[in-house]
Amino acid sequence: MGPYQLFATFAIIALIVFSTPSVAVEPNEVLPDAAQEARARDLSQHLRCLVCQNQSIDDSNAPLARDFRRLLRERIKAGDTDRAAVDFIVARYGNFVLLKPPFQIGTLLLWFGPGLVLLLALACYWMLIRRPFGTTARRPETLSAAEREELQAIMTKGTS
Amino acid sequence: MVAEIGQFALILALSLALAQSIVPLIGTHLGDLKLMNFGSSAAIGQMLFLIVAFAALVASYVMSDFSVLNVAENSNSAMPMIYKVTATWGNHEGSMLLWVLILALFGGAVAIFGDNLPVSLKARALAVQGMVGLGFLAFILFTSNPFTRLDPAALDGQDLNPLLQDIGLAIHPPFLYLGYVGFSMAFSFSVAALMEGKVDASWARWVRPWVLAAWCFLTIGITLGSFWAYYELGWGGWWFWDPVENASFMPWLTGTALLHSALVVERRQALVNWTILLGILTFSLSLIGTFLVRSGVLTSVHSFAVDPARGVFILGLIVLTTGGALALYAYRAPSFKQGTPFGPVSRESSLVLNNVLLVSAAATVFIGTFYPLLIEAISSDKISVGPPFYNLTFVPMMIPLLVVMAVGPMLKWKRDAIRNALTKLMRPAIIAGLAAAAIVIATFGVHAIAAICLGLAIWVIAASLAILVHRVRLGQVPFATSVHLAQITPRSVYGLVIAHAGIGIAVAGMTAMSAWQQEEIRALPVGGQIEVGGYQVMLKSVGPENGPNYVAERAVFDIKSDGQLVTTLFSERRFYQVRRFQTTEAGIHTNLISNVYVAMGEKNNNNEWTVRAYYHPLATWIWFGPMIMALGGFVSLSDRRFRVGAPRRAQPAFALAPAE
Repeated sequence: MGPYQLFATFAIIALIVFSTPSVAVEPNEVLPDAAQEARARDLSQHLRCLVCQNQSIDDSNAPLARDFRRLLRERIKAGDTDRAAVDFIVARYGNFVLLKPPFQIGTLLLWFGPGLVLLLALACYWMLIRRPFGTTARRPETLSAAEREELQAIMTKGTS
Repeated sequence: MVAEIGQFALILALSLALAQSIVPLIGTHLGDLKLMNFGSSAAIGQMLFLIVAFAALVASYVMSDFSVLNVAENSNSAMPMIYKVTATWGNHEGSMLLWVLILALFGGAVAIFGDNLPVSLKARALAVQGMVGLGFLAFILFTSNPFTRLDPAALDGQDLNPLLQDIGLAIHPPFLYLGYVGFSMAFSFSVAALMEGKVDASWARWVRPWVLAAWCFLTIGITLGSFWAYYELGWGGWWFWDPVENASFMPWLTGTALLHSALVVERRQALVNWTILLGILTFSLSLIGTFLVRSGVLTSVHSFAVDPARGVFILGLIVLTTGGALALYAYRAPSFKQGTPFGPVSRESSLVLNNVLLVSAAATVFIGTFYPLLIEAISSDKISVGPPFYNLTFVPMMIPLLVVMAVGPMLKWKRDAIRNALTKLMRPAIIAGLAAAAIVIATFGVHAIAAICLGLAIWVIAASLAILVHRVRLGQVPFATSVHLAQITPRSVYGLVIAHAGIGIAVAGMTAMSAWQQEEIRALPVGGQIEVGGYQVMLKSVGPENGPNYVAERAVFDIKSDGQLVTTLFSERRFYQVRRFQTTEAGIHTNLISNVYVAMGEKNNNNEWTVRAYYHPLATWIWFGPMIMALGGFVSLSDRRFRVGAPRRAQPAFALAPAE
């Protein structure tokens, strides 16, 4: 495929309206208010289904996930803000339900760890490329006396 | 009888592994050539006995010998033959046997093809390989014996996990293991080099093809797993940042780094210490991957083998191998000579930057995977680390990596000016910029990040092709000369171009899938229709369907575009009676640009079925891209430098004329 066809392809795809992926939501769960439903969908992608591990309640078709989705929608219908609705669930089931771990003292290393590693690695990189280029220190060392003797021995053996 | 032959072969392999890990080392110590060469004989013997053991297990499965506990637990007489065979490694014991078999195959390959290796290096590498084999053979024989008998024999087997009764997942583990275990070569050669106390260009030239082959297989293995998740789990997801996925992804990331740093060792004899360390780390991460999957320490959808005793055993093996190797490294590495220096803008420099980003990315995945364990250990709190975490930490590291990928190959070794590289990348950048701009305008800026990522992906593809264009001086010299130049261009250059373009294709697919997929979920009566991504999906009929070891409900869908029938798709809900397990088979139509994905759900009281229909733009590219990358790896492997038996070239230039 040439760049122009590629370009055309992307342009076509780009025309399609953005939407979020999901799976397990059943038709009868959907809230009548589209704005509220969109909020519910967004929030449920960040909440974990407790019984199926590493799947959001939006992805999971486990009964527990369904209960969570209903609970979340009830809170939204009752007029909770996003934060209040999530807090309601976290208060009952703990931080474990959050797929995005909370930012607190215990998770500082989790959130800053990757950045620290990257900074450290970049610092090493910086030191490496700042090494003096072509200075005497980096010249191949001259042979030691022992090595010179060994070389001499090899050379004479080779020619004799 | 067959099982006993297998058991006996396993014990013999263990004995040979023991001898293989000791005798060659005594040989190198005494300078005894015969003892050193014993390593090769032992490695070949170990390989042959493990082939016998594995064949015995496959035979037990093929014959449905339910007097073997492992067969009774994981097979069933009604299963199709292909799944009877693949069930051999669709369980803990069998897959560990496959693991050591592949380890022994690699060891045997060194013994057979390693004639041009220095004798002592070969002896030491095989001894290390023997030690790893010894550990895992002991693990199998003492904690996970696949040949344990069942008395009285079962009347029929308990069937294979239905999720694994699928061709994609059936061939996924062998590829994954070829990758994981292939990195053992990097490990063995690194430790052997530490014992030798010297590393030179020929060392890198010897290790690189093995690492490259392992990397290709691991790439294919991960891709198969992702593709399987897409079509089998029924919701079109392709990557979940699940601990088990992460387990295979970490060695892939460091393995990719190793591949590139070994290049610097081979060409410039720099980064020697670092490359050795990467070799050790990559295999250690493979072992950790095995530990994660096999111990069930991190709960995940994959953990079909959960047993703490086994976990402790593997953990002990990891501590011994990694700890031992790192101790040796700390002791020996400082004495290695520093390589030739290079300028801040140079090929070497870009490859180091590649390593910086890849290793940081691997560390990010590592932190994310193990942090929940850490938190649980030090407090009563439990946390989850899911996709939102990786989107904020891992993905941003990949963006500069793509830039390095496009610029790096344009730079000269040793020293270059950034302007030279950028001039060559001008045209690719213009194409990419225009495409990205068009997308931003077309979407009214709805998805700026997606536009940037797409632009980068296109740039990487175009920049990779530009390498070839510049190499053959297309348009600057007569066409015939260009053709000639293309013919004499080494295959490794083609490999680079193909593999890098593959990354670009994969990134484009991932971006489009994350930003622009569409879904429709509706309860449909027969004859009902939903519209998604310009396609009309009509539920034509629903009826029963009987498989060999399952019953199913099958929905037939007509897919139309502008009223014209495009295709007919089936989606099934299968129920496997023996395991009492339900799976969903999705119907997928692809024209390579986009997929229509249909999955049926439950029936409600109004005689309607839940139907999920998705439009997945560029979805296939997510898997085509990595497959193209692996292809690039294989093309590079066929380069004459790596070919077995190819005449060895004269020493590379830098050995004759030391730099500076």
